Amino acid sequence: MTSKSLSQPRFKQLKTLRAIAIGLTISFAAPAFADNLPEVQRLIKQGQYPQALEKVDAYLSNKPKDAQGRFLKGLIYTEMNKPAEAISVFTKLTEDYPELPEPYNNLAVLYAQQKQYDKARTALEMAIRTHPSYAIAYENLGDVYAKLASQAYDKALQLDNANATTQNKLALIRDLITTSSKGNVKPTTATPAVASKASPPTAAPTANVVTTTPSAASTAPAKVAEAKPAAIVAPAVAPAPAPVAAVAKSDGASEDIAKAIAAWASAWSRKDVKSYLSSYASDFNTPKGVPRKAWEDEREERIAGKPGKISVTYDEPKITVNGDKATVVFRQHYKAPGLSSSTNKTLVLSRTSGKWLIKEENSR
Amino acid sequence: MLGRKFILLGLASCFAISLVTDALAKAPPNPKPGKAQVSKVAVKPVSKKAKLGKAAKLVMPLATVSTAKFAVATPATRLPAVVSDSGPEAQLVKIFKEIEANRLGNALQLTDALLSQHPNYRLASLIKGDLLLARRQDIQTFGAMTGAPPDKVADLRAEAIVRLRGYREKPETKNIPRYLLQMQPDQRHAIVVDTKRSRLYLYENDLSNGGRPRFVADYYVTQGKLGAEKVSEGDKKTPIGVYHVTSSMPRQKLADLYGSGAFPINYPNEWDKRQGRNGSGIWLHGTPSNTYSRPPKASEGCVVLTNQDLDIVAKSLQVGLTPVIISNSVEWLSFDDWAKERNELNKSIDAWRTDWESRDTERYMRHYSKRFKTNDQSLEQFAAQKKQVNASKEWIKVKTENLSVFRNPGKEEVVVVTFDQDYRSNNLNNLMKKRQYWLREDGKWKIIYEGSA
Repeated sequence: MTSKSLSQPRFKQLKTLRAIAIGLTISFAAPAFADNLPEVQRLIKQGQYPQALEKVDAYLSNKPKDAQGRFLKGLIYTEMNKPAEAISVFTKLTEDYPELPEPYNNLAVLYAQQKQYDKARTALEMAIRTHPSYAIAYENLGDVYAKLASQAYDKALQLDNANATTQNKLALIRDLITTSSKGNVKPTTATPAVASKASPPTAAPTANVVTTTPSAASTAPAKVAEAKPAAIVAPAVAPAPAPVAAVAKSDGASEDIAKAIAAWASAWSRKDVKSYLSSYASDFNTPKGVPRKAWEDEREERIAGKPGKISVTYDEPKITVNGDKATVVFRQHYKAPGLSSSTNKTLVLSRTSGKWLIKEENSR
Repeated sequence: MLGRKFILLGLASCFAISLVTDALAKAPPNPKPGKAQVSKVAVKPVSKKAKLGKAAKLVMPLATVSTAKFAVATPATRLPAVVSDSGPEAQLVKIFKEIEANRLGNALQLTDALLSQHPNYRLASLIKGDLLLARRQDIQTFGAMTGAPPDKVADLRAEAIVRLRGYREKPETKNIPRYLLQMQPDQRHAIVVDTKRSRLYLYENDLSNGGRPRFVADYYVTQGKLGAEKVSEGDKKTPIGVYHVTSSMPRQKLADLYGSGAFPINYPNEWDKRQGRNGSGIWLHGTPSNTYSRPPKASEGCVVLTNQDLDIVAKSLQVGLTPVIISNSVEWLSFDDWAKERNELNKSIDAWRTDWESRDTERYMRHYSKRFKTNDQSLEQFAAQKKQVNASKEWIKVKTENLSVFRNPGKEEVVVVTFDQDYRSNNLNNLMKKRQYWLREDGKWKIIYEGSA
């Protein structure tokens, strides 16, 4: 494995932190049922939600008040796309444990998913009231404010943002699942780690679901702060004029990869959907595992169907090559009429017959 | 990286905004005591660091609004001050006051309250957007959304300015718009529109006070996209002149664009036609259902009110009667000056009447301008005809009843005189409604046009 990056590959750190999180979780569970919750988490991680639900219900039948168990149950419902049930679980948690910020946060995520941004805002403000240094809640709240602002602007300026709205919603769902699966170590193909993908929504609320309930307040913000390099919505940052990938010349692979990224961003900016899609591998992990065709249609609509100019630029990418696989991390600046965002993006590329193609795409 | 993501709830305290508030040179004319007067809405950011290293700034420069300049009035007479603050101006003033004081949370609450009252109020939505966005990031301008259409933002900014100004600079009740010299007794109300201020003033004919116009309320209005002084069809301008409401069209008969009702006015009037102005379909009307308020300059030439305001004003409108006087910039007179001008005109009109009764054509014709003409007669033809008619008369009696005298806005000194003329003579009696345009020439009022109304 050759690393061209000065910074530590983030994934390793993340894994470590996740492990810590899970470790904390276990230690909070009542000793008698200690092995039940990790089992639940393992099932969630594997996407076996009905089984996870069964386990957690069994656990809760003995400990109906247990915050950790109930939290996981809420999470499972969220993953199973049962927002009403999830909201009910998290709401009761906030009533029984008003001092915990996480249930408020996840409640907010669910509300935001349903476009109930005012409710989301209230929940997040509660999360922050209970934990004034709770980073994820701030992040989400910022996104919700931006979303509310954008709604207000749409009304004020009679903008037809029907498209963007759908986009935001999709991004949110993806995010939700991705982030939570991320929290449970390795993403599976069914729920790929392709968070808020290439989708450009600036003010898109890229809300984070908290996957564990660290009762120890002090650990929560710190962990979150490091594990989550915030999804940044840059305020009208003028994108760099031309994407320049600074890569060591000696390494042919890195150079090829840099070129592939440049071509990808350029095609996106030119709204050349065909060329843009050709940057993706045939086995590209589509977000949320949607069929390739649906994903392509959606991209086409968002790129070619977008009125006005699109500009996609990025700061110096960090390229890590490992044989025929490569990971590229960079900060992406997206600009389109009414939308402007900067996000941290991770692309996983694979080399197929000499060509570097995007296998996974992950924002944040 | 995290620092910029931290959004403090109490961010307002980290905002530094100074909204310069000019004390008015004069006390506000008549609005309720204790109301805030925001005169400048220029907001300066002052750099202060927010807790987490990022200073958030809210800058909402609307523009500098100049101080009110109404004609100085003579000492007030006793009249009840009646002001309707049905519009959102008072609330907007409060919101900007809160922004000025860095209480952005309060400002947002007030904005939400305003929006719950008027959900389709775009200006309030824009302010809300700014207040929310300011919690997330620095904002540099009014309507701070990236890629906001500049024309729409400019429209809303213009509305904010004229509304705040309208609230702050209400006319003094003791002053009278120069145009309303005399209303006929059955004209219960008169409307005066100031296009520069985007304001409509409603006056009552206070018969118990000698027919003195009494200020009732004022409202924000929209005018033509290209402003005032309409000249021709399709110029997207609002006419300037003395008009009256000619009919009433109920909502059911109207397209949604016209809102809760429409009241056509008689543009082009006799004077307009004489000046070669054309066009048609100038109405007072409401706003479409998805819109609370339209920008100051947005119509095809009509005067547009919010539906809520139109509904109130409509109660005071009498079809065929209510004068609608549209001015670029309303001139105000003190009661004494107003009474003087009114008397002078009444005397001139009465002299014209008695000289007609004298059957002395030369005396009679002194009241007519050299530029006089009717729809079908020149001055000479008119004079010759009068001479011929007078010769056949043994006696003439002329009564002018239901007299109204309205000054035409503009540089030229023109008044519009309308009355019921009761003409009797030894061989002919005639009743008609007559309209004359009088022009001040060399210090004297002369008739420049007359015809049946």
